[in-house]
Amino acid sequence: MRPGLAKQSLLHLLLAVGGLTMILPFLWMLSTSLKPESEIFRFPPVLVPNTWDWANYVEAMKAAAFGRYFINTIIYAVAVTATNLLFCSMAAYAFARLRFRGRNPLFILVLGTMMIPPQVTMVPVFIMLKRWPLVGGNDLLGVGGHGLLNSYTGLVLPMAVGAFGIFLLRQFFMTLPSELEDAARIDGCSEAGIYWRIILPLSKPALATVGIFTFTAAWNQFIWPLLIMSKDSMKTLQVGLQVFQTQYTTTWDLLMAATVVLTVPVLVIFMFGQRYFTRGIALSGMKG
Amino acid sequence: MPEGRGPVLQGQARTAYLFLAPGLALFFLFVLIPVIAAFYLSFCRYDIIHPPTWIGIKNYARIWTDISKQGIFYLSLRNTAQYAIGTIPVGMALALALAMLLNAGLRGISIYRTSYYLPVVTSLVAVSMVWMWLYDPSYGLLNYGLEVLSRGLSLVLGREVVIPPQAWLGDPGQAMPAIIVMSIWRGLGYNMVIYLAGLQSIPDHLYEAAIIDGAGPWQRFRSVTWPLLKPTTAFILVVSVIGASQVFAQVYVMTNGGPNNATTVIVHQIFQNAFSFMKMGYASAMAFVLFALIFVLSLINLRLLRGGEVEYA
Repeated sequence: MRPGLAKQSLLHLLLAVGGLTMILPFLWMLSTSLKPESEIFRFPPVLVPNTWDWANYVEAMKAAAFGRYFINTIIYAVAVTATNLLFCSMAAYAFARLRFRGRNPLFILVLGTMMIPPQVTMVPVFIMLKRWPLVGGNDLLGVGGHGLLNSYTGLVLPMAVGAFGIFLLRQFFMTLPSELEDAARIDGCSEAGIYWRIILPLSKPALATVGIFTFTAAWNQFIWPLLIMSKDSMKTLQVGLQVFQTQYTTTWDLLMAATVVLTVPVLVIFMFGQRYFTRGIALSGMKG
Repeated sequence: MPEGRGPVLQGQARTAYLFLAPGLALFFLFVLIPVIAAFYLSFCRYDIIHPPTWIGIKNYARIWTDISKQGIFYLSLRNTAQYAIGTIPVGMALALALAMLLNAGLRGISIYRTSYYLPVVTSLVAVSMVWMWLYDPSYGLLNYGLEVLSRGLSLVLGREVVIPPQAWLGDPGQAMPAIIVMSIWRGLGYNMVIYLAGLQSIPDHLYEAAIIDGAGPWQRFRSVTWPLLKPTTAFILVVSVIGASQVFAQVYVMTNGGPNNATTVIVHQIFQNAFSFMKMGYASAMAFVLFALIFVLSLINLRLLRGGEVEYA
């Protein structure tokens, strides 16, 4: 039921104004990133700078070990995404399709963890990683060194499996026709084989959704890497942004340039995976 | 399928345990145990360097005293509540309105959807920085906007109208509202997309029947749209309350709890006490108070919005 032309134009107008408000901060970010220092602190401010100072980007990247931060962030995001896809899909398959004692209570327990604020577990996990025995200079009792802090393992492991992925994939697996599995079982296929050869290939949209969500969340994560990595060479991009903010001043042009660089990968992934996102949200079954 | 003990079922159970093993092990290690440990720590004094010392309910008592004397934790509770009340109703209403606009069958829906979802996908730290810059008292776009507005009003009204530049994040009264506006801007796209999915699942024939019965747009909204959106609304409300109670990154980046503790929130207090003041026990106690709050609020929410399974067919 497409509304009349007048109504359509009005709707477009409203949406466009709203959309511009959404984008304005990004335009401002872009504009500031290209301004030479003299133009930043100009009042009235200008949206389009007179000269486009591309050198800001170069300078921003040199201000801190952003190359290093980039590598750290990629390692973290890719590792967390991979482990989530693998372990969550395995657990989801067990919850969705296999029968075993305690299946429902266990699933509810897993769901319940989504309600626990991460801050509750933050402190003990930090201590646990610090006191991990026999790594990072720790003895058998976990004393003396810094354990798994400042390490990739320490950063990735606690984030390797999330209830969100298990939940979403389980809902999706439950929509697949069970006749396929029954047929496979009759043909003598093992449960693991069913998982690997039948369920997974059919679940590409759901897996893509979990992958994109997880990658984006990991890429953008701030508080967790902030906590675990105190050594500069191990920091991630989000934490690294803070180098532009001292107690007294903020170098806005460089900060904005760095922020633009940070945002591009996520934007690219989002633009390509957009259709999976919205389909994925609908998949998780909000209807009761 | 009968629940027998045949070989097929036993094989399934075995595979199930195998498949669940890695996920559950990690969950056990990094979620369950820390929660139990945090609970234990909340009854201790612990600064990481020295082993924890049991002090009973002293941490919780301290929280209680703080609340009754309107101390910092009380302030963080109040600020968090202010944040939640500021962001949730307005945010949800706007998201619903936007979703309904987008649902009207216009062309170019994906362009709009992208631009509204953009703030959600970008890192919170990045957008916090950008908005800090927007709010800058001397060079920010917002105060410039105010100046343009005053000039415009002066022209229209024929007399001098001066809207002074505001301190925004530097003013104790404006800092939290400023963060609230930024957060609404940020979260809009996410709720909008969820509402959109909910709206698109309402069958058209219900609207057609309502129109035939002579229902106007507001009537249609009240009797068709709103009731059938109840499960979606419930989901968004619960998730939003949980999210608002845990707000942290924006506060940490933009104001670090200031000015004068005007924006410190619960998680900010937990973070400060744990990692700046090295009071892990106290921080754990605060975290559990937060958890209890979220749990109760979620239950209330779910109860309030129950009964959304309306069948109109």
